[in-house]
Amino acid sequence: MRLVTGIVKPFKLDDVKVALEAFGVHGMTVSEVQGFGRQRGHTEVYRGAEYTVAFVPKVRIEVLVEDADATDIVDVMVKAAQTGSIGDGKVWSTPVDEVVRVRTGERGAEAL
Amino acid sequence: METVDGANAGFVMVCAFLVLLMAPGLAFFYGGMGRSKNVLNMIMMSFSAIAVVSVLWVLYGYSLTFGEDRSGLIGYSSGLLGLSDLVDNAVFGAVDAEGVINTYLLPDITFAGFQMMFAIITVALISGAVADRMRFGVWLIFTAIWATLVYFPVAHWVFAFGVAEEGGAAAGFANGFFAADSGGWIVNRLGAFDLAGGTAVHINAGAAALALILVLGKRKGFGKESMRPHNLPFVMLGAGLLWFGWFGFNVGSTLGSTAYSGLVLINTQVAAAAAILSWLVVEKLRDGHMTTLGAASGAIAGLVAITPACGFVGAYGAIAIGLLAGAVCAFAVTLKNRLGYDDALDVVGVHLVGGLVGTLMIGIVGDQTHTLTESLLDGGSLGLLGTQATAAVAVMAYSFVVTLVIALLLKVTIGLRVSEEEEVVGLDQTTHAETAYELAGGLGGGGSTGTVTGSRPVAQQEVRS
Repeated sequence: MRLVTGIVKPFKLDDVKVALEAFGVHGMTVSEVQGFGRQRGHTEVYRGAEYTVAFVPKVRIEVLVEDADATDIVDVMVKAAQTGSIGDGKVWSTPVDEVVRVRTGERGAEAL
Repeated sequence: METVDGANAGFVMVCAFLVLLMAPGLAFFYGGMGRSKNVLNMIMMSFSAIAVVSVLWVLYGYSLTFGEDRSGLIGYSSGLLGLSDLVDNAVFGAVDAEGVINTYLLPDITFAGFQMMFAIITVALISGAVADRMRFGVWLIFTAIWATLVYFPVAHWVFAFGVAEEGGAAAGFANGFFAADSGGWIVNRLGAFDLAGGTAVHINAGAAALALILVLGKRKGFGKESMRPHNLPFVMLGAGLLWFGWFGFNVGSTLGSTAYSGLVLINTQVAAAAAILSWLVVEKLRDGHMTTLGAASGAIAGLVAITPACGFVGAYGAIAIGLLAGAVCAFAVTLKNRLGYDDALDVVGVHLVGGLVGTLMIGIVGDQTHTLTESLLDGGSLGLLGTQATAAVAVMAYSFVVTLVIALLLKVTIGLRVSEEEEVVGLDQTTHAETAYELAGGLGGGGSTGTVTGSRPVAQQEVRS
């Protein structure tokens, strides 16, 4: 099993969700996060005082998948989240040793 | 005995309600402009001004401000302590020998209530400068001392006009109406114009704010850390409430609902509107963007500046005052960054500077129809400008010096500032044991973190048994 994590622009969340559902993904976890990459932050001016806002709002999407699907799901997320401009985010996958469904106690691929 | 003019008396009463609403409005205006860890403390500073000043006003504030004049400097009437004479007169349905309901054009007790709200908002205005670092208990003590030693006397100078007796010497606004030898020295003896408190409220609060922050010191991280407003919609909400309340402030100061009151309504509105425009133009040219905070700040700057002038200029004059105030204050709020005094939410830049603009501009664009006195552009005389400057400087100097002394005494006796750790953590948590927002996003609605670890009433019962 693998955990696919995507950090994407907030307004692309719905596109990614629709694309993942179309691929057959049954569930996902979404959180609001802040950070920066090459895009860096932006500046804001309040009563003439300029502030640099270092961290930009992003959305983190996490999906647990079977090993065989991981590469395809990474591609689906990248395709759905891409605008081509700076700040589009990143998608990666990591190995997961164990997954348990809390309700039934099922383990491994059964729990996905 | 005159019968009550229900329209006037009722109108002034409603205006009192409006002026009170300015304090909660200010709480949101300041609360949103500060950092989220101190928003409750900021709001509490305004609300506590309502609490402290209302009680003092009834106990002795009205007597010191509107009691019998003592040399133009202060008032005092023992019968007005606790408003007792006014309370005795406020009898429901009192009927005299001719069967006429025995009331007045504007009952004194209604006027006392209206003026109470002015004292509250003036004290609350100061709180914006000291945001994020002043001990709350010391703020309560400061408000009581400041209202007593600074606001009550200065309000007497400006608002406690004496009416000339028939054949007596007369001066100032509405010649033949104001006495030259009684009443507050600024309104009567000097004859300066200040309808609703450019000097007594705004210059007074602004100068006090400057003195207080010079003693208090800067916020930790001032000029280095980001201190941007945490909730601009709150700021806009507060600005809207202030604007609405300001009609009570300015129009109510005509003490009636006449055509003259209508003039004040128009002037108040158009000055605020013009100041938004000029503030936004300055921002666009200087910073590249027209901001929401700029629009709110411009409106308040315009309202501040038109406050003294709202009954003494025509509509063109009001537009000129608004345009000037918006532009000047937009520059004035950046001075603290260059000069290094930490006026956190710009009480000096908006209220002191805006109050000066409005008070002085009466001498330039004042309309003789309403002042019966030549101004620079209506009559070509510089005399009125000098009179206005005298009033402005007198209030500024008195307020600054007395506040400086109060602040220094508090600093060396009980201390003004919270500890550095409390300042870093935030005053909401350390002073009030509360937090404004549930910031753990997605954890299922407000107040979902934390567990009940004790109940104070239960604990007390256990102690007793």
